[in-house]
Amino acid sequence: MPAVESETQLRALLTALSGVDAVGVEARAAKLATRSIKKSTKMKAIDLAISMVDLTTLEGADTPGRVRSLCAKALRPDPRDSSVPSVAAVCVYPDLVAPARSALGTASVAVASVATAFPSGRASLNVKLLDVREAVEAGADEIDMVIDRGAFLSGRLGQVFDEVVAVKEACGEAHLKVILETGELVTYDNVRRASWLAMLGGADFIKTSTGKVSVNATPPVALVMLEAVRDFAETTGRIVGVKVAGGIRNTKDAMKYLVLVNETVGSTWLTPELFRFGASSLLNDLLMQRLKQQRGAYVRPDEFSGD
Amino acid sequence: MSDGRLDVRKTYKLLINGAFPRSESGRSYEVAAASGEFLANVAQGSRKDLRDAVAAARSAQAKWWGSSAYNRGQVIYRLAEMAESRRDELAEHVALAEGLSTKKAQRSVDRAIDRMVWYAGWTDKIAQVFGGANPVAGPFFNFSLPTPSGVVGVVASQDSSLEGFIDEVLAPICAGNTVVVVASERRPTPSILIGEMTATSDFPAGVLNIVTGFTKELAAVLASHEDVDGIDLAGVDGDEASELSITAAASIKRVLRPSDRDTAATTRRLRAFIETSTVWHTIGQ
Amino acid sequence: MTEKKLANSQLGSLDYDPAPESASIARLKPSYGLFINGEFTDPSRHEQFVTLNPATEETLATVAQASAVDVDAAVSAARKAYETVWSKTTGAERSKYLFRIARLIQERSRELAVVETLDNGKPIRESRDIDIPLAAAHFFYYAGWADKLDHAGFGANPQPIGVAGQIIPWNFPLLMAAWKLAPALAAGNTCVLKPAETTPLSALILAEILQQAELPAGVVNIVTGDGSTGAALVDHRGVDKIAFTGSTDVGRLIQQRVAVSQKRLTLELGGKGANIVFEDAPIDEMIEGIIDGIFFNQGHVCCAGSRLLVQESVADEVLRRLVRRVEQLRLGDPMDKNTDVGAINSAQQLARIEELTEFGESEGATRYTSSCELPEKGYWFAPTVFANVSQSHRIAREEIFGPVLSVLTFRTPEEAVAKANNTNYGLACGVWSEKGSRTLWVAERLSAGVIWANTYNRFDPTSPFGGVRESGFGREGGRHGLEAYLNV
Repeated sequence: MPAVESETQLRALLTALSGVDAVGVEARAAKLATRSIKKSTKMKAIDLAISMVDLTTLEGADTPGRVRSLCAKALRPDPRDSSVPSVAAVCVYPDLVAPARSALGTASVAVASVATAFPSGRASLNVKLLDVREAVEAGADEIDMVIDRGAFLSGRLGQVFDEVVAVKEACGEAHLKVILETGELVTYDNVRRASWLAMLGGADFIKTSTGKVSVNATPPVALVMLEAVRDFAETTGRIVGVKVAGGIRNTKDAMKYLVLVNETVGSTWLTPELFRFGASSLLNDLLMQRLKQQRGAYVRPDEFSGD
Repeated sequence: MSDGRLDVRKTYKLLINGAFPRSESGRSYEVAAASGEFLANVAQGSRKDLRDAVAAARSAQAKWWGSSAYNRGQVIYRLAEMAESRRDELAEHVALAEGLSTKKAQRSVDRAIDRMVWYAGWTDKIAQVFGGANPVAGPFFNFSLPTPSGVVGVVASQDSSLEGFIDEVLAPICAGNTVVVVASERRPTPSILIGEMTATSDFPAGVLNIVTGFTKELAAVLASHEDVDGIDLAGVDGDEASELSITAAASIKRVLRPSDRDTAATTRRLRAFIETSTVWHTIGQ
Repeated sequence: MTEKKLANSQLGSLDYDPAPESASIARLKPSYGLFINGEFTDPSRHEQFVTLNPATEETLATVAQASAVDVDAAVSAARKAYETVWSKTTGAERSKYLFRIARLIQERSRELAVVETLDNGKPIRESRDIDIPLAAAHFFYYAGWADKLDHAGFGANPQPIGVAGQIIPWNFPLLMAAWKLAPALAAGNTCVLKPAETTPLSALILAEILQQAELPAGVVNIVTGDGSTGAALVDHRGVDKIAFTGSTDVGRLIQQRVAVSQKRLTLELGGKGANIVFEDAPIDEMIEGIIDGIFFNQGHVCCAGSRLLVQESVADEVLRRLVRRVEQLRLGDPMDKNTDVGAINSAQQLARIEELTEFGESEGATRYTSSCELPEKGYWFAPTVFANVSQSHRIAREEIFGPVLSVLTFRTPEEAVAKANNTNYGLACGVWSEKGSRTLWVAERLSAGVIWANTYNRFDPTSPFGGVRESGFGREGGRHGLEAYLNV
């Protein structure tokens, strides 16, 4: 593990990383999007994708009732078919962790909580850490934090790094996802550097977006992040997961991301332990496609519950 | 009306941002054929219509220029396909508007369609013909790129109801500009048909906007509107053109005055709304 | 979070089920005649030869063997069409014919892609996404020149040459036909086209398209056959201009043969492209670019980046990533949409690749070959990388025209340039670096007709393509591509 003892050292490390050619990475992502996933591969991939969903509700209008409903769906996405796997986790605001925990009990579905003044991250470090601790105390298994993009873009890399380290500590046993908010980082070079920064700071997962801005997960961004976790694993031996969030609306999109994982980092990452989809409407499309594969005909959206 | 059947008459509307509204002023005016016979009530565009059209053109411009030259060429070629399929209808309107025989009108339409094809084939050649590398004295890679001025206002020629219109709007469009055109006051119907055809030619909304109405009133608005980068005064002459040129000068618009060199397929119009951008890059180990 | 061993990571283990494109759209006839004067006709000697699917060795169809008599008929048809019809056709009208042809190619694109893959062996993804769209685009581009030749920079009212004889290779059959026909027709010439012996089919479908476009009879004539057909065309006194794309050896012969007759000539020949990688290259995109540079189209590309010149400071890392990436290439049924590497075009070509590759081993280079399974039938060669190659090795100097990469190192930009230029060829090179000034410095010193920076194998109808030295002369594409077909 390269030791990071100062901001200067961190900066040197990050700027020594290879640049990313935007045209090249977008072309590669586009080419991989032409992979044709059919038949038994598609069935397997759909079930895999379902098991990778972090079923998310992050609205100001959320209530315990809504969260309980979401948890029921997370456990049994299709009430008529028990062969459909559960999702990986539900993802909620910190003050709704308790009802989620009590609805899920000790079931396999994890409770993930956003924290650190999600989505903007604009609050003092104290407030952000308190946010994390309360979520963990309420029973969160996973914490999705946001990095300070303002600090990153203005070069205060040490500050961003220290915050990740501090949040990781506050997580205790909970595992930490670090949201880079790639839409605000804009360039692929920034995405690569932020990925490494987060991993050096102790992230268990790096995550693309909050889903609350106009540009969220895109295949080329995911590609850069997957390359980063691959290279990080080779350099340090530590394996970090990737979560893509925001804008993954349908099965076709999900398949594209699974292909990216498959052809960049391989099967080790093709598990909910190392790859997640942060989504809400994706689940129903996956269920619809699953049913269509079985029945051989297009199905009505109303086959499945809205939440 | 033929053998007792009542025909469904057309409403001639404006084209703004890919939609076909009436004038926000609610006004219309009578357009007659060259023979004097009543032809249609056409929307009498207002300054607000023009304002909306300019906003639409501005909003569409970056994306239009950002699409590939190949794509722009295909869009313009598709307009030619649409026009060809409605050749007879266009000829009928040109004949009525200009008082031509059917045969002469058909030939005018054919020339206009061939001109569309000509412009369709220009999009991916402008950079090669009007741009290039410059052999500066020093270790620099230097190249000049032709880029569009932005939003171009066109006061379409009054008499040439189709050929003139096509040349005046397609020249700036093929170079990557978006256009707001004030159609011929007395002979607007062929241009309105072209507007309809852009809707089935994959023209993105806002690339071509057509406002019909009274030239004097509308041209003055275009000339003074600061968010219009260039203006083609094909449809005005003499003192009026000079007046408008003076108005346009306030915002340093590129102004194109009518010329008898415009009837042949020259590149004068094409070049009028192009800005050359030159880039230097050092060369060294 | 438990630590897992990376060694267990299997790339590509989300197995993709076969995703085959259906061949039924091809509607191939059992046999084809010659396309002369707007009609399909029997060859004078009634000889046919077989064209195979190189992935399966199955017969696709038989095509006509054109004799010298047939070539003469084709040239006469072209001459007559030139004098009585085409030279009297205005640029605006020629333009509209070419636009029609472009549109028809687009409309029949799936059919053409399937035929191309069956006949050539290249993956359907490539013929669908690259070959066919570029062919249509080429016609679109030159359609737009036909009515504005005055603006092409060759003076006012430039005139065509007359009858063009055009001989094309098997690696991009339809695209090469488009590269030849489009500018020739736009400039006002008529053509006699000779497709490659192993890949005649897409040109014959193109002939049907020309009929659908109602191109006047004789403006384009297509004569299939072997090398003798090409020789007859080169020698024919009624041909004013020869355009040839193929090997340098054959190009040399052609140039010798036309030297006396002074026919206009353009040649697009072989290459031994150097892909130059500096230590500051964007690493992941560069690996893709190297892979694409040599394994795209199974390496059957004249401008292939068949030599990797990598800066010594990053050579080990680049090689490691390269070998890892090569293992991921999916080789197999070209009709499968997930195939990356298709079949070698012919038994003959396969033998040549095998011969040169054996030499590579015997010369002492270190060989890495993909462990991919090769199908039982058909002509296949597993992607191969040779490391520790020296400038003097045969595999560093001779064009293999197959999926074989030779890796050499350099220390300074000057050395990279010297090594890249140390060849009689000069078609294409690649330069990988994030430092613009150095890329431009290297580019202006490379003896190459095409230089790709931070990318490779990019083609566009507006961009001139062609070589220097023994890679040929003349350019195809762009405004420059008109010159070969104008009397200027």
